[in-house]
Amino acid sequence: MTDLAVPTTTRKDWASDQEVRWCPGCGDYSILAALQMLLPELGVRRENTVFVSGIGCAARFPYYMQTYGMHTIHGRAPAIATGLAVTRPDLDVWVVTGDGDALSIGGNHLIHALRRNVNITILLFNNQIYGLTKGQYSPTSEVGKVTKSTPFGSLDTPFNPISLALGAEATFVARTHDMDRKHMQETFRRAHEHRGAAFVEIYQNCNVFNDGAFERITGRDQRADMLIPLVHGQPIVFGAEGQYGVVMGEDGQLRIAPVAEVGVERVLVHDEHRDDPGLAFALSRLARGPFEPTPIGVFRDVERPEYGEAMTRQLLEAQERRGPGDLAALLASGGTWEVPGPAH
Amino acid sequence: MSTVVPRKTKELDRVVVRFAGDSGDGMQLTGSRFTTVSSLLGNDTATLPDFPAEIRAPAGTLAGVSAFQVHISDHDILTPGDAPNVLVAMNPAALRANLGLMAPGGTIIVNVDAFDQRSLEKAGYQANPLSDGSLAAFTVYEVPMTSLTMQVGKEAGVKPRDAERSKNFFALGLVSWLYSRPVEPTLAWIAERFGGRPEVAEVNTRAFKAGYHFGETAELFESNYQVRPAPVEPGTYTNVTGNTALAWGLIAAARQAKLPLFLGSYPITPASDILHELSKQKHFGVRTLQAEDEIAGIGAAIGAAFGGALGVTTTSGPGMDLKAEAVGLAVNLELPLVVVDIQRAGPSTGMPTKTEQGDLLQALYGRHGEAPVPVVAAMTPSHCFDVAIEAARIAVTYRTPVILLSDGYLANGAEPWRLPAIEDLPTIEANFATQPNHERADGTAEFWPYLRDPVTLARPWAVPGTPGLEHRIGGLEKQAGSGNVSYDGENHERMVHERAAKLAAVAASIPPVAVDDPDGQGGAPVLVLGWGSTYGAIAAGVRRVRARGLKVAHAHLVHLNPFPPNLGEVLRAYPKVLVPEVNLGQLVKLVRAEFLVDAQPLTKVQGQPFRAREIEEAVLEVLGVAAQSATSEEQE
Repeated sequence: MTDLAVPTTTRKDWASDQEVRWCPGCGDYSILAALQMLLPELGVRRENTVFVSGIGCAARFPYYMQTYGMHTIHGRAPAIATGLAVTRPDLDVWVVTGDGDALSIGGNHLIHALRRNVNITILLFNNQIYGLTKGQYSPTSEVGKVTKSTPFGSLDTPFNPISLALGAEATFVARTHDMDRKHMQETFRRAHEHRGAAFVEIYQNCNVFNDGAFERITGRDQRADMLIPLVHGQPIVFGAEGQYGVVMGEDGQLRIAPVAEVGVERVLVHDEHRDDPGLAFALSRLARGPFEPTPIGVFRDVERPEYGEAMTRQLLEAQERRGPGDLAALLASGGTWEVPGPAH
Repeated sequence: MSTVVPRKTKELDRVVVRFAGDSGDGMQLTGSRFTTVSSLLGNDTATLPDFPAEIRAPAGTLAGVSAFQVHISDHDILTPGDAPNVLVAMNPAALRANLGLMAPGGTIIVNVDAFDQRSLEKAGYQANPLSDGSLAAFTVYEVPMTSLTMQVGKEAGVKPRDAERSKNFFALGLVSWLYSRPVEPTLAWIAERFGGRPEVAEVNTRAFKAGYHFGETAELFESNYQVRPAPVEPGTYTNVTGNTALAWGLIAAARQAKLPLFLGSYPITPASDILHELSKQKHFGVRTLQAEDEIAGIGAAIGAAFGGALGVTTTSGPGMDLKAEAVGLAVNLELPLVVVDIQRAGPSTGMPTKTEQGDLLQALYGRHGEAPVPVVAAMTPSHCFDVAIEAARIAVTYRTPVILLSDGYLANGAEPWRLPAIEDLPTIEANFATQPNHERADGTAEFWPYLRDPVTLARPWAVPGTPGLEHRIGGLEKQAGSGNVSYDGENHERMVHERAAKLAAVAASIPPVAVDDPDGQGGAPVLVLGWGSTYGAIAAGVRRVRARGLKVAHAHLVHLNPFPPNLGEVLRAYPKVLVPEVNLGQLVKLVRAEFLVDAQPLTKVQGQPFRAREIEEAVLEVLGVAAQSATSEEQE
């Protein structure tokens, strides 16, 4: 909803006076810039905007925004943001988190915020590594990752954040990457418009501890052949000439095929609003990692009652039914008796 | 009901009744009904529900015994009573589990139908205690409660299995007759409670009446008894449990502060009833979130506080462990937050339904770093209401998390409560920041989130939505004033001292601890210092000592951090200080460290509250008086 009285702002108005302290070359800079440039276009007020973060490199984000902000504790940002969003439905609440923060220590809060459909926008900066603690593997690192804590290679199967969010009943699930400002901004805009919990995974390069993790799919020369843009209502095709398409095999598996071979009518048409998340889930499994053609864009965007709104409705219904709370009546609600005075 | 056989009614000044049966026998309900009716009669009452953690332990076993003890009297009383005068035992296990509490000469009413071979074996009896002479020291009444209840059930056309479940109402009817309780309130209550299931209402009514008539008619009891109303302050009274009073206190606090109330909580015994109660009160604008875990519960409350709500989280021991990190965050954020800990026996899962005061040191110190948190504790069930308001007052005024300690004994225990006048409740000022509070060198105005109020040392509370006051807070150390992130060592030291100094500011706002000493402060040779739920037992124990013509003083702490400013002076006024606690001596450690007084601990960790007799004996020992003839409870 656009408020016409919202003062016009520029990128500068959304930047705080604090010096940005990420490593030179960090992907976080481009995400920060994308958002600071987008916010003036969204018709929102700085005082009604809140950024909540946990712990990690990404979690410093709120300090750089000239908005309200809370840099909290490891993994808990979705829970803290839930309390804020349900008591203050008038606010735009953003959660900025990383792969360790959201998927390791905070995994529980993430999935519950998503299933409740709390009105928050979650930006998950996924660089597949622990940056702030200097280079241990993360829950999204590939198996066999050699780091200081896994000198013989990591053993853990990584999470696929999009699959996880879909499994957690998320109503809005999208992926973007830090090398494409326009795509980020379009994705953030869509996430912001969504009523309820919006989940955006951002492939973000950590040039110090995991440089080039996404290079094979996000590099300028590779993108056309390695990123599969999801566009609602359009056949899912990619390649410089749109020569590849995603089709469903007879075994029900999604796979990539040359459009010329299979015919464009066999190419899946993307439907963000499909109630059943099954196909979105299958799309999230198309690539085994950021080294194979990978879908980006909005996987899912469906409507479900927003949690805070539903909570507010219950309060209003209770007030309609019982009238506003009367403390004296409450204290007497268990039955009373009178002791006449004066005391004997 | 008409009196069939005119019988003598004897006057009693007090009586302690303990209802005991299987977990599924409805003893909690029976006990609380008896309490309510006694309160309506004007008796003073105090209760002790005592039930197992298992929802349904194997029927008929010792582990499955559930009991409810109530003390009713014609004068003001402070505890649920040390030893029951009457034990109602619905089966052999209930008898066996509770007999040890009885003083010789007491009355035992058993459901004789339940004393079959199998039940006796389940309870671990080799021989039937009703016939082997082992109960010779007691007056035993054998009443066929099950068969008489089945009989009235049959008359009502109810299936035997369903009828059998009403035997607790038979017991209630019988005890109601024995103590001359009016029947109308219970009959009305049955009609209302079971209105939706008329056949259940019918059989419960018939069972209750059958029990009452049985007492009246059977030539078993030589007399019945009467306990007259207690002389109490005039006013309107209700019966309230600690958890209900606490929930209502939170609603009252939010009202007085003109803030919306938000509760983030995860179910845990014995705190869940606060979540249940607040969840019912949505028309007060109360938002409750049953969070995914304890951490999310407090996290959501912190988020709500940032947005300008009175944020509350409620839990019990293990939950406090999980919340520790978030409490530390709230210390650094300097946001108002009320953390309620209904203590239970620990460590770890411990004994979930049993009481303890083991979390005091955790409340004060259970965080990394220098993280001071004000701590308050409730003394009685109804006092939970006042303490909830006090916790909110400190939290909101000083922008700090506050830990409120209650415990399982207060949570489930009930007492008559004279309702406060709403207009007399204290006001709480949120004083949200609305304007910038600092000028830059270039003359432009800005907002400094850590510029403190000179008196309270509280930082301004600027809520999102306020234009021009946009700011960032967080767990990283803050530059004094501006609130920007700072790793400067000297600034950190300053901030550590500022956070500590807020406690001193709180101390200036709390009343001095009152000393109950008939001879004036310092008049007695010994002071008993307590905190929290030991209030009733200590006050009753002190009365007993005084009834012997001896001198003893009593002071009771509500504020545990900071202490009332006069505490040191009070402690030093007495040659001896005894500190009873349901832990291994936590407050005693604190007062010894802080005031260098040779206070002595009196500890008990059995999952049960102190008895007045235990306090009495300990004081006598300190006084060097032999306890041989412990006074009867008449003096209590």
